[in-house]
Amino acid sequence: MAEKDKTQTYLQDLERFRRARPHESESWVEPIRRRALSRFAELGLPSPREEDWRQTNLAPLRRLALRWSGPEEAAAPKRTEVRDLLFGGEAAAEIVFVAGHHAPELSSIGDLPEGAVVESLLDGVEKRKDLLVDHLGRYADFETRSFAAWNTAFLRDGAFVFVPEGLAIDKPIHLLYLSRGGSEPSVAHPRNLILVGKGASATVVETYASLDDGTFLTNAVTEIRVGEGASLRHIKLQEESIRAFHVGALQAHQERSSRFDSLSFAFGAGLARNDAGSVLDGEGAECVLDGLYLGRGDQLIDNHTVIQHARPHGSSRELYKGILTDRARGVFSGRIVVRPDAQKTDAKQTNQTLLLSANAAVHTKPQLEIYADDVKCTHGATVGRLDENAVFYLRSRGIEEAAARSLLTYAFAADLVGRVDWAPLRKRLEELLVARLPLGEEIRGAL
Amino acid sequence: MLEIKDLHARAGEAPILKGVSLRVNAGEVHAIMGPNGSGKSTLAGILAGRADYEVTQGEVLYEGKSLLDLSPEERAREGIFLAFQYPIEIPGVSNAYFLKTALNSIRRARGEKELDAMEFLSHAKEKMRFLEMDEALIQRPVNEGFSGGEKKRNEIFQMAMLDPKLAILDETDSGLDIDALRIVAGGVNTLRGGNRAIVVVTHYQRLLNYIVPDFVHVLAKGRIVASGDKKLALELEQRGYSWLEEKESARA
Ligand SMILES: Nc1ncnc2c1ncn2[C@@H]1O[C@H](COP(=O)(O)OP(=O)(O)OP(=O)(O)O)[C@@H](O)[C@H]1O
Ligand SMILES: [Mg+2]
Repeated sequence: MAEKDKTQTYLQDLERFRRARPHESESWVEPIRRRALSRFAELGLPSPREEDWRQTNLAPLRRLALRWSGPEEAAAPKRTEVRDLLFGGEAAAEIVFVAGHHAPELSSIGDLPEGAVVESLLDGVEKRKDLLVDHLGRYADFETRSFAAWNTAFLRDGAFVFVPEGLAIDKPIHLLYLSRGGSEPSVAHPRNLILVGKGASATVVETYASLDDGTFLTNAVTEIRVGEGASLRHIKLQEESIRAFHVGALQAHQERSSRFDSLSFAFGAGLARNDAGSVLDGEGAECVLDGLYLGRGDQLIDNHTVIQHARPHGSSRELYKGILTDRARGVFSGRIVVRPDAQKTDAKQTNQTLLLSANAAVHTKPQLEIYADDVKCTHGATVGRLDENAVFYLRSRGIEEAAARSLLTYAFAADLVGRVDWAPLRKRLEELLVARLPLGEEIRGAL
Repeated sequence: MLEIKDLHARAGEAPILKGVSLRVNAGEVHAIMGPNGSGKSTLAGILAGRADYEVTQGEVLYEGKSLLDLSPEERAREGIFLAFQYPIEIPGVSNAYFLKTALNSIRRARGEKELDAMEFLSHAKEKMRFLEMDEALIQRPVNEGFSGGEKKRNEIFQMAMLDPKLAILDETDSGLDIDALRIVAGGVNTLRGGNRAIVVVTHYQRLLNYIVPDFVHVLAKGRIVASGDKKLALELEQRGYSWLEEKESARA
């Protein structure tokens, strides 16, 4: 099937769904969808000739006929089946999505402070146009980015989070996205919008997980606006099945003196591509983009980040660490743009990769584009193996070789894992690490 | 307890040990001295199982069994402990976790009950008090940012916790201040006697005032060129190594 025809097929499911629900086509978001639809029809999936996709071959994804289905087909699992992933009891609110559709029976609003909103995007679009209209579809670029265009064409459900001016929400808000492979490969397009008002603060955790070990594509987009003096901590944990494909775009827009702190754990999916970025569009904004990725087997984990310093006195810190074994491949591309106005910018980027086997490989590419003269920008990348002297040191104290290697591997990741202080998520990360490190059980106590 | 017979070893193409023989009985303390680069750390490393060296000739028996076939962790479980000349920093792993894992691996291999966190900690604190060590060090990442002296003391602390049968101390005295030297020597001396044996590698006679050796050996250019009692160390202090090396080359 020709590329264009394939794209058309992707859209047919949507058309069918729409015809069944004409009222959804009357929504104020319809023009955005229409525009994105035509962009996606033109763009198709990215080709390996595109600079941004040179290292990540989408051929295996292209071969699939991916079905999009409506909410009535998305059967929610039982609570007990996903117990390890539900953190609702310790969250300010938890919303669960199955195949991209809100699953109210699994969701719960805990002690969310008065005035804050955590709900499905479908509800948000219907009830709170005033809050959303200036932001939805404004930050994630669907004019030139295929996957964002595809997601936006299917813009319907996901999470809407609103933190009003001055409000601090202490407990994290948890958004959980579940997918299953089922009998034929499917696609979900979760769409999230997070708005943090002036001086407000919150933590939002997105978890992407599988209900079986089948094949599907998650194509998620999260747009974020961090108001003046506000602070948002965003954590993403992606632990989808090894047969899954995961493409995620996280795009923030920051106002003056705001802080956006993103921490990404990419452990799952056979092919995972994360685009994370922020525009520091106010003086003195601070941005932290950190990530840890773990690849084994034939996994390909690709992280692309873009930090745009648009105003003076901004700072950004970026640390991405990768641990690759077997034949896994990692890609890291970190772009930092300092626009002419952004004097006194202080930007630092670090990418470190630990290669645990001779057949694992990483491609790393820092790109600094600096158009202002009074700035401090540094970047550094290291690729290494475990320190054999350290392995010997541990073994000489009686620790088995495999446990010694796991311990040192864990130690490499410890600073990023250590930044998660929310107990249920921390526990989940520990479980995933124990399962992924040889003799992991032996070193559980170190985690 | 330990018998080294005509040991030859090299790293890459370069021969380092060229026929070392040494017998250490239970209850004895041996000092090994010798010029820089003579092979002392190489010998210590081979005993602990460091893989950088290739043994080309000779053998090592430990409690009557061949040592060289054992992995480093098996040797540790059999009671061999090496205090490193240059202890390794391990960011991201706490000293407490590291040592508890090590101790329990060894206890498990010996068929002893593993210690839980409380038991471990109270045991560790007792040893730290004895070594006059800052208790805060146990929660810090292994050796990371430790001063030179703190690293050395941490080696002795590990030794005290793991309770080896054969302790090999590679220049544990270098970098220690005078008080620390006394304390560390005190720690070593508590291991003395019984079924244990100690091999100390040092450049300084001063340490041997505190840990008085039964035997002193001089290793030069990969061979033991002289052996004697503690008086040999005093003589070396006076005369240096050159006379021994000359004697050795005259003999060769
Ligand atoms: N892994 C190695 N590869 C190559 N050469 C090595 C290696 N280890 C040791 N050597 C060499 O072997 C020789 C002996 O080194 P060793 O560290 O055993 O000396 P030493 O007696 O402990 O010296 P010092 O008193 O300075 O600690 C030196 O020339 C050293 O450079
Ligand atoms: Mg040495």
